[in-house]
Amino acid sequence: MDIKWEGEKMKTDIVVIGGGAAGLGAALSAYKEGVDVVLIEQEDRIGGILNQCIHNGFGLHYFKNELTGPEYAEIFIEKIENTSIKILLNAYLHSIDSINKKIYVITPSGIECIETKAIIIATGARERPFGSLLIPGKRLSGIFTAGVAQKYINILNILPGKRALILGSGDIGLIMARRLTLEGIEVVGVVERLPYPGGLLRNVIQCLEDYNIPLYLSSTVIEVKGEGRLEEVIVSKVDETFNPIPNTETSFKVDTLILSAGLIPKTEDILNGKLEIDKTSKGFSVSNLGQTSLDFVFAAGNCTIIYDLVDYVTIEGEKAGKYAALYVKGEKFPPKIPIKKGQNIGIIFPNYYVPIEDLTLYIRVRKPIEKGIIKVGDFAKEYKDLVPSEILRIKIPSKEVENLSEIEVSVEEVTLYD
Amino acid sequence: MKIIIIGGGIIGTFIGRELSKYDVEITLIEKNLDIAWGTTKANSAVLHPGYDDEPGTMRAKLCSRGNYLHYQLAKELDYEVKNTGDLVVAFNEDERKILEELILRGAKNNVPGLTLLEGNEIFQKEPNLNKEIKYALWAPTGGIIEPWGAAIAALENAMMNGLKLILGEKVIDFEKRNKKIYKVYTNRASYEADIIINAAGLYGDEIAKIAGSEFQPIHPRRGEYILLDKKMGNIVNSVIFPTPTPKTKGILVLPTIDGGLLLGPTAEDLPEDQKDNTSTSVAGIRKIIEETQKLVPSLDISYAIKTFAGLRAETPNKDFFIKLSEKVNNFINVIGIRSPGLTAAPAIAEYVVEEIIIEEMKINLTKKKNFIPFRRKIKKYSELPLEDWNEEIKRDPSCGKIVCYCNQVTEREIIEAIKRGANTIDGIKFRTRASFGRCQGNFCAPKILEILSRELNKDISEIFLNSENSWILNGRVRK
Repeated sequence: MDIKWEGEKMKTDIVVIGGGAAGLGAALSAYKEGVDVVLIEQEDRIGGILNQCIHNGFGLHYFKNELTGPEYAEIFIEKIENTSIKILLNAYLHSIDSINKKIYVITPSGIECIETKAIIIATGARERPFGSLLIPGKRLSGIFTAGVAQKYINILNILPGKRALILGSGDIGLIMARRLTLEGIEVVGVVERLPYPGGLLRNVIQCLEDYNIPLYLSSTVIEVKGEGRLEEVIVSKVDETFNPIPNTETSFKVDTLILSAGLIPKTEDILNGKLEIDKTSKGFSVSNLGQTSLDFVFAAGNCTIIYDLVDYVTIEGEKAGKYAALYVKGEKFPPKIPIKKGQNIGIIFPNYYVPIEDLTLYIRVRKPIEKGIIKVGDFAKEYKDLVPSEILRIKIPSKEVENLSEIEVSVEEVTLYD
Repeated sequence: MKIIIIGGGIIGTFIGRELSKYDVEITLIEKNLDIAWGTTKANSAVLHPGYDDEPGTMRAKLCSRGNYLHYQLAKELDYEVKNTGDLVVAFNEDERKILEELILRGAKNNVPGLTLLEGNEIFQKEPNLNKEIKYALWAPTGGIIEPWGAAIAALENAMMNGLKLILGEKVIDFEKRNKKIYKVYTNRASYEADIIINAAGLYGDEIAKIAGSEFQPIHPRRGEYILLDKKMGNIVNSVIFPTPTPKTKGILVLPTIDGGLLLGPTAEDLPEDQKDNTSTSVAGIRKIIEETQKLVPSLDISYAIKTFAGLRAETPNKDFFIKLSEKVNNFINVIGIRSPGLTAAPAIAEYVVEEIIIEEMKINLTKKKNFIPFRRKIKKYSELPLEDWNEEIKRDPSCGKIVCYCNQVTEREIIEAIKRGANTIDGIKFRTRASFGRCQGNFCAPKILEILSRELNKDISEIFLNSENSWILNGRVRK
């Protein structure tokens, strides 16, 4: 990067990129450690995607209280407004000069060049777009990702259609099934290619069963039809390898298709090629301190792995904030120990362990496991009913793992006999 | 002299621009709500050198000239072309023979610089190609283009020089006397005409039929494509073709103008009544993946961001049909513009004006004295040095408001696109590239809808994706 121009120069200790749950947690906890913080947010308000999640269920772990998304965000927003953290809104990250530790930000009042000592990336995730699913048919209007549909209804006060089918039974798909129903859009069903639902069990009950919305498992959309606007969606049963089974097609006459096909950590265009990316999660690879492969860059939240609870995002954001601040203050951390994925592990967080506190692991198993033993080095513990849709969060005392040269995490399936 | 052009694709717009150099009254009638939404918007976006076309055809006559003209016009009209060169690869001696034929054919068609490469010479240019490739034809004049950008540029410049654009009207009839058309009727209005140019693309045969002219029947040849993320954009540097067959140039791998990667097209002949069948298919997508991975084995299809299909206007004799009608004395057919029609477009426009209207019809056209040859594209702020961009923001804060995060499109650019005629989401997309990137509009479509609604003073639920059937939103949740 060779940018000579320095713009509206600003100096700080830490720049937090992204004002959602992770960024708010990170900014506040870094600030508590006594360092200067600048928070940049590309939208016109902070709070991130929480602002449009007007359903409740947030904060059960963190606040021991059930809140809506905006209520959850508001607690942090109020706190941050009582600090000297500088917030830049409508601020688009243009580039990072990693050698001189300068960040260039485009805002409607000018281009800022922020000189900093550390960076915390909290860019969150983006939704997998329809086009990437390679579903045959014409390119029509009426096909929305769940997050976009949610924004239209909850923020812009506009309905995206009249009759809808939902593809993908992740939490956001389930929540949107209920939300659309409540606003008078007829939801004809939720289609899931896996043989089990993708979201939390409580959402299956509260969002589908309570409203008599059918869930079609082991099924997928094989074609979209219409002239201009979507008119018809063809759904087929699939086999174990997700290939459509001939002669199992059903037609749904709908004008709206809502996709809940997964989230992708937003890592693009941020220090391209300079930061290690986890091959499975596609997120930034970090230590339990939130530190990436560049020592002055930290990352937290959905840009590392996709969490299912915002509470965890806050907790990990706070941790990254704290350790970024300690880094700025010159603290030296012990060497990091790599964490390796063993059998039956789908996604694991973190990628490295720095033994200065107990190890908190976040695990997504690769397949449903009725009874399994989680092994972390010599540590072993039995768990029941493990499913890929729910992250298992476990704490491992540091004495169990701090002396290992590599920490392997695996789940051993226990065969059940009756 | 009143000239009516039917069809606002790359052909109609380039003819419009060429004619706008003269003192004539030009009206261009397009049935869609915007221009360049037919074959022009969904094709390979390649500038062919011209070695592929049999000598003696109209294609051969106009392709290499069009290739040359595009590189010149792109500067005048400020549209995007890139001279990447192209490579036709051969896996064996049989295919090598075809490459040698192409070189001979290219020489007859005045294609400069064709060279046969072997072994390492190929991989120095394209390190990611399949190592089993033995020979390749290198054509240095090959390139890529933003087709809709070129059409928009030509139209905007023609309008600066007086062309009148009619959108959303479909030609349904003609008033004729003594083998001559006097009036063109659309579904909404009528227009007097001295000369009619039929550039109606896929529907060119139908227009000719209504006019009572001779024509070539047109059937759609469907080509499916996969567009990949910019992360895959550097996997090739030039346009990669397999060795062609008599039917098709094959499925290509090529970089796009904005840094992505395009795979396709398939070539599937559809019946004449399927001129709107732009569906993609399981078989088509599968075929593209198989064929392109033979060329570039490290292609990672998980970077796909979009699939789409385009329809080429194919005729039985596989050649352009560019002729003054013998049955209707003032009706010029410019139809059957199959590949390499996009490349040939500026040469086709030149041919229609100079050889048909001036030479054959003996019409005395006088050059405009105050013709404006230049047109500037919408300023893309992210391409400016930061210092200059900052100054623009100080003058107008909307230059510093990024709407499309993937392609760094500012609110200023969206507003400018609306001023230049965009009135739909696709209109904005094709003029600014907002929502063209990896998130496919997930972050910016709601914002673009709001800006369109504000600038056009329409309710947000009255904004379309593209056609009048493509409504996006269905009224308020609560009043």
